[in-house]
Amino acid sequence: MATTPISHPRAKSPARRALGRFGSKPGAMIGLAVFASLLLLMLVHPLVSGIGPNTIDLRAINQGPSASHWLGTDGVGRDVFARLLEGGRISLLVAVTSSVASLVIGFLIGAVAGLGGRIADAIAMRSVDVAMTLPPVILLLVLASITGPGIGPTILVISLLSWPVLSRLVRSRLLELGQRDFVVASRGMGAGLGHLIWRHALPNSIDILVVFATLQVASAILLEAGLSFLGLGVPPPDASWGNMLFAARSTTVLTNYPWQWMFPGLALVVVVLAINFIGDGLRDAFDPRSEGA
Amino acid sequence: MTLYVVRRIGAGILLLLALSMLVFFLLRLAPGDPLSSYIDPMVSMTEQDMERLRQSLGLDQPLPFQYIYWLGETITGDLGRSLQRNGQPVSELLMASIGPSMLLMLSGSLLAILFGIVIGIVGAVRRDGPADVILAALSSVGVSSPAFLTALVGLYVFSGVLHWAPAGGMQEPGMPFTLSGLLSHLALPALILAFGQTALIARYMRSSLLEVLHQDFIRTARAKGVPRRKVILKHAVRNALLPVVTLIGSTLGLAVGGAIFIESVFNWPGMGLMMVTAVEARDYPLIMGGTLAVGAWVILANILTDVAYAFIDPRIKVG
Repeated sequence: MATTPISHPRAKSPARRALGRFGSKPGAMIGLAVFASLLLLMLVHPLVSGIGPNTIDLRAINQGPSASHWLGTDGVGRDVFARLLEGGRISLLVAVTSSVASLVIGFLIGAVAGLGGRIADAIAMRSVDVAMTLPPVILLLVLASITGPGIGPTILVISLLSWPVLSRLVRSRLLELGQRDFVVASRGMGAGLGHLIWRHALPNSIDILVVFATLQVASAILLEAGLSFLGLGVPPPDASWGNMLFAARSTTVLTNYPWQWMFPGLALVVVVLAINFIGDGLRDAFDPRSEGA
Repeated sequence: MTLYVVRRIGAGILLLLALSMLVFFLLRLAPGDPLSSYIDPMVSMTEQDMERLRQSLGLDQPLPFQYIYWLGETITGDLGRSLQRNGQPVSELLMASIGPSMLLMLSGSLLAILFGIVIGIVGAVRRDGPADVILAALSSVGVSSPAFLTALVGLYVFSGVLHWAPAGGMQEPGMPFTLSGLLSHLALPALILAFGQTALIARYMRSSLLEVLHQDFIRTARAKGVPRRKVILKHAVRNALLPVVTLIGSTLGLAVGGAIFIESVFNWPGMGLMMVTAVEARDYPLIMGGTLAVGAWVILANILTDVAYAFIDPRIKVG
């Protein structure tokens, strides 16, 4: 006798539902599409184009956009389009690396504060208070004066600056989590702090982490650009959107050769907007209350 | 109330102390001999003189002692000498640049508060109307574009293309001081500083007013025949302003960050420009003094906000 399998309409997992909610947000999808196509352009361009970011064309100095140089050239005859994409690669490298670093620092400090008892909590939170007193830019300047310019130092400075907000979010989530029965049971059975953090804290704050990481990439891009704009971040000849804008601090470049700084500025705003849209979409997607809304 | 104010000031002083500790130890990690910040570079010194000075300044002592010594000097107003500017005392340099910075930040913040509240009211009253949609788009851009980019675009459009505004500085060089000269140099940087903050305040004001407009006492007032305009301006806006007051403190703090970039773009002779040149030259005593001054300003702004909030909102428990 053939048994007909009973079809259970399997309930979708929370992650799948979140993904579905994310997919139904037009803003987030547009942001993702814009970001993905720019990323593709950045990665493919050096493979197909003969013009590198530091290729010097002495017959074309300070020239406006044309067929051979789509976005014009700069003061030493380098192609602005190639430098813009190179700058994007470096800006994103700095932003993603420093976001991952501040993600790890912020999560660990928040987790120790939330689960490690009252003394650890007090120490961690008071240092967060102090770190958040100063406007980020000032702390950025102090740190930059110690490390000096360069790609590595810039990553370090931005990572050291960005974790306090995340620690606060993680801590408040875990203070609540620590009272739940399954965590109390786990403690009672002798689980150490490491186990608690890895098995309970991490899976239960994954939504906070994903949203923070996304939005942090956008703010790290802005911090890097700001630092390089002041001449304290990524130094030339490496390109970054910030140090391309640095050139516009000369009045001649600002007024006579606007393509040299306007396009990097535009790229910066577009990418940051796109990432912010993706981040907002993710935040709503992780919030089950927004279902059907 | 007095007790509350005293307590907030006490907490502020503690925070400032912690901050000074953080910055002091951070900067001691930096390369270079801290002794050089106490020497007038115009005077030549022998190795023995240096050693004697090091001892008299306590620089041969362990770091915590050095910190206490440094703190004592700082409290009495001696912040050391600048390394790069011919050994001028840091306190003098700070005093000279605080004025221009305050002028820029306060006028920028004032404009932002004014615009933000008005735009927020319009956005809430004509919800989802054309003005509201334009506002939402503008504030998205305002939040995503950094101050230095807005400053560059503003300088390009209003000074480079339209020639409406001077290219930078605080005065026409070589001309005697005039109020109109100062104002024409101030207008563009202050407006640009206000741009980013206006978006934030407007958003806050809009959602706060929307919430108040849905409350019972508004409906009661309308039902009793009070005209709509009067209900909005007299009853609703007053209540909606309360949460916005807290935002003003953080606006003043944020203004510091924006001001640094705007001062660099416009060559505005304030703290921001001074800090940037100090960092470029690794002028540690000046960085130290500037950081402390900014920290004190931010902490003071937050205390004033808290006190003002407690003062206008009787629901806040004081004490």
